[in-house]
Amino acid sequence: MLYALKIATRYLTANKAQTALLVTGVAVGVFIFIFMSALIGGLAEFILSRTVGDLSHITIEAETDDPSLLISPEGHVLVVAERGRMRTATLSEAATWLPLIEAVPGVRAVSPQITGAGFLTRGAQTAQVSVTGVEPGRESAILDLAGYMVEGDVRLGSGLIVVGRDLADDLALSIGQTLRLESSDGVAAALTLGGIFKTGNGAIDGARTFVSLSTARTLFTMPQGVTRIEIKLGDLNAADATAVRIRALTGLDAVPWTDGAEQLMEALDAQAQTGYFLKTFALITIVIGVASALLLSTYRRRPEIGIMRAMGAGRGFVVFVFVTQGALIGLLGGIMGAVLGYLALLPFPSRDAFEAGTLPMDITQGSYGLAITLTVIGAILASILPARAAARVDPVTAIGQ
Amino acid sequence: MTALLEVSDLIKTYGTGEAATRVLRGLSLRLEAGEMAALLGPSGSGKSTLLTILGTLMKPTSGSYVMLGQDMIAADDRALTGFRNAHIGFVFQFHNLLPDFTALENVVFPTAVRDGRETPAARARGRDLLTRMGLAERIDFPTANLSGGQKQRVAVARALMNSPELVLADEPTGNLDRASAMQVMDLIGQINREEGTTFMISTHDEKIAAVCRRQIVVGDGVVTG
Ligand SMILES: Nc1ncnc2c1ncn2[C@@H]1O[C@H](COP(=O)(O)OP(=O)(O)OP(=O)(O)O)[C@@H](O)[C@H]1O
Ligand SMILES: [Mg+2]
Repeated sequence: MLYALKIATRYLTANKAQTALLVTGVAVGVFIFIFMSALIGGLAEFILSRTVGDLSHITIEAETDDPSLLISPEGHVLVVAERGRMRTATLSEAATWLPLIEAVPGVRAVSPQITGAGFLTRGAQTAQVSVTGVEPGRESAILDLAGYMVEGDVRLGSGLIVVGRDLADDLALSIGQTLRLESSDGVAAALTLGGIFKTGNGAIDGARTFVSLSTARTLFTMPQGVTRIEIKLGDLNAADATAVRIRALTGLDAVPWTDGAEQLMEALDAQAQTGYFLKTFALITIVIGVASALLLSTYRRRPEIGIMRAMGAGRGFVVFVFVTQGALIGLLGGIMGAVLGYLALLPFPSRDAFEAGTLPMDITQGSYGLAITLTVIGAILASILPARAAARVDPVTAIGQ
Repeated sequence: MTALLEVSDLIKTYGTGEAATRVLRGLSLRLEAGEMAALLGPSGSGKSTLLTILGTLMKPTSGSYVMLGQDMIAADDRALTGFRNAHIGFVFQFHNLLPDFTALENVVFPTAVRDGRETPAARARGRDLLTRMGLAERIDFPTANLSGGQKQRVAVARALMNSPELVLADEPTGNLDRASAMQVMDLIGQINREEGTTFMISTHDEKIAAVCRRQIVVGDGVVTG
């Protein structure tokens, strides 16, 4: 109905100030919607990257092959089997699984590891450390070790070790020194300190050490296989689904990071709910604003509606004129709000450069299209009541008044 | 002459119960095609009520109404809307034009709302009609800037847009000075003679009524003369 569109447009342009005010009101609602989307989305991104970013998204750990406890049907413990030193569980087929896992869509990096505990000694000082053996070249696959280096080099050649800042300070270590690392299996090695990292996480900086996979093989007397495979995904939200795939593909017990992160997920969920709540209110405000403005316009234009009806305009035509006005207001306000929202979000740092102390707004999560679409739908719904009121105008009383 | 329309035993009661006012009390009337009739009667006698019923904008409480062979009482809103658009033109005393539109846009409205858009042909006819009404200089004027007499002439042009058989005018000259009123009436008379369009014009003004060939007088809810 081109002609109804013309009438609707004219009605809107006839009262420029009023229309501008109305469109601005809608734009403010859309702006709030977009701002909330970017904030809630950015906040979730920020929290996740801070808590999960350096973690493995999916972890496959060797299963302990023997039951440690033998329990009778009545529930009594019959045998307690102590884990023997030589019975460290291994993923012996790791070499065959790796290419398979790497080919799973969404997998960004795979890091086979040998992990264990040990004592790091320099001179008279000794510290208990956890040892992670990783493949040279994959040092930064899970934890962004390269990004956290403060001294030396991240590269783990054979005979090299990389430790955290706190540990280095505790033992007064400096690059190039030779250290003695004795594993829990009793194997000792002399290693050269190649680099020092600082993640900001005390548990990591104070106790984690990294060596090459081959060094770890020697330390933990594990000529083949690994104890752990860590997997990093492009999208950490895909962890559950991808873990299921890997499990189906390899039969290994792939555990997504979300297992055991229920509290974090609940918190993020509650945060998202708050966002929906506020966004819904922004939309309701838009709907009420548009509905009341159009209802007023319907009332003011009663005589004209009466004339149009007398001239042969059907009820459908009148409905269309007013619904079109609503849709145009929604579209204009939606676009204006989206543009304003985008411009307002531009000065915020990008998602990769969130800093503590500033709002972690994510400009890419503004839901601009959704905001405009919902606003147009809301404005159309809002105009239905006034449009129906307009269509019911009795030409006789409208013209007679 | 053939009957353009015929109403018989029209009764119109406004309101119900105690407040009920019976305005038309069995009014019957026949209009021939090509007539130019004045509708006279004291204030409150029901002239506007009758014109509204003839214009299919309101249904009588009872009675029959046939126009162009069609039963106007049985027809539904949709059918009447189309019928009005094609066959009946209106000129009212107040609130005649759409204020946010130009003279030409107002005139072409009946055709545009039928076609779904303003066609070049409709615009050409609109310009012709406005020129005939002596408004060649005012074609693209916003109607808000027109004088009272000019507005009524635009309204007459619009009433004629779809070449209706019948034009109903309720005190079209009611708030015009004598000169403007006579100018409007001359134009209506000219259209009536040249095109055979039937006019029914309610008025309190004897001089206006004198321009019309037939005078219908309403009193006590019936035609008295
Ligand atoms: N909607 C209505 N509800 C109740 N009564 C009405 C309504 N419309 C008109 N009336 C009454 O019906 C009667 C006839 O009114 P109408 O407007 O038809 O008279 P009229 O002849 O056109 O008068 P005038 O010359 O003053 O225009 C009047 O008494 C009026 O008060
Ligand atoms: Mg009247």
